[in-house]
Amino acid sequence: MVDGRQRDNAEFARAFIAALPHSVALGMQVIDVSPGQAVLEMPYDARFVGDPDAGIIHGGAVSALMDTCGGIAVVSRDAEVLGTATLDLRIDYMRPATPGQAIRAEAECYHITRSVAFVRAVALDDDRDRPVATATGAFTVERAS
Amino acid sequence: MSTPPRTRPEPVQVIKQRRDAALAKLVSTVPYIGFLGITFDRRGDELTAILPYDDKLVGNPVLPALHGGAIAAFLETTAIVELSWAIAWDEIEQGGGTKPVPTGKPKWPKTIDFTVDYLRSGLPRDAYARARVNRSGRRYASVHVEAWQDNRARLFAQATGHFLMPGT
Repeated sequence: MVDGRQRDNAEFARAFIAALPHSVALGMQVIDVSPGQAVLEMPYDARFVGDPDAGIIHGGAVSALMDTCGGIAVVSRDAEVLGTATLDLRIDYMRPATPGQAIRAEAECYHITRSVAFVRAVALDDDRDRPVATATGAFTVERAS
Repeated sequence: MSTPPRTRPEPVQVIKQRRDAALAKLVSTVPYIGFLGITFDRRGDELTAILPYDDKLVGNPVLPALHGGAIAAFLETTAIVELSWAIAWDEIEQGGGTKPVPTGKPKWPKTIDFTVDYLRSGLPRDAYARARVNRSGRRYASVHVEAWQDNRARLFAQATGHFLMPGT
């Protein structure tokens, strides 16, 4: 893995996501990363539709985006965190995402212990004032030492 | 005393065909189910969802392990299809199954919330899931899902979700 002590956050996140085949398959892109925070985007894709009549993206694809975004928020929290895995993730679906629009996830790792990281995330489409979904989760923390 | 004449039961293959056609109709309309490669094995009214291993489902290439997001999507899909199937089942079996496959587009329940517990990492092999509708009311339903790989008793993930029933 990348040497955590001198890593560039955005660069690290891009390399991290590029190594995750499922995230690549869903077309996820890193928009912004800062310590404990991450913003990812997933372009609209007809293959990810769950409701074909309305053309709405499947909740599972939104989950995958928020899960990945949460994981990046955890590994970017501090340089000693080398890896993470999801322990649990709860998603609340507020409304269907508007067809044709990219979905953006913003995640924050708001607390971390030696072994566990706590994350909240939100999924948005172009209407940034009305979230599509929110998530809260606990992640494992794999440290260097 | 004589028993009233009974109508002859339908041949088993006719019943199976009708049920399988109804299930295929339900599943084939959703692009994301096809993208993930999920299929459903039907035994009577019981469904088992199958997620065949594919490289694009991997989230940790070092272990390797399935992506948590792919697992969540698999479980959520299993829950939704099970719930829709339970609704459709009553429809196709009504009147001893004299009705053809339900016409019109399937009406899907909407996910209100979904909570996934990741119990162990998903190995790079096929995964299976079964959902149980714990409560299905007029407006809301609660569904539990269990997923395993090699051993039915060793779950690698489980989930509970609440759904808004179609037409509400």
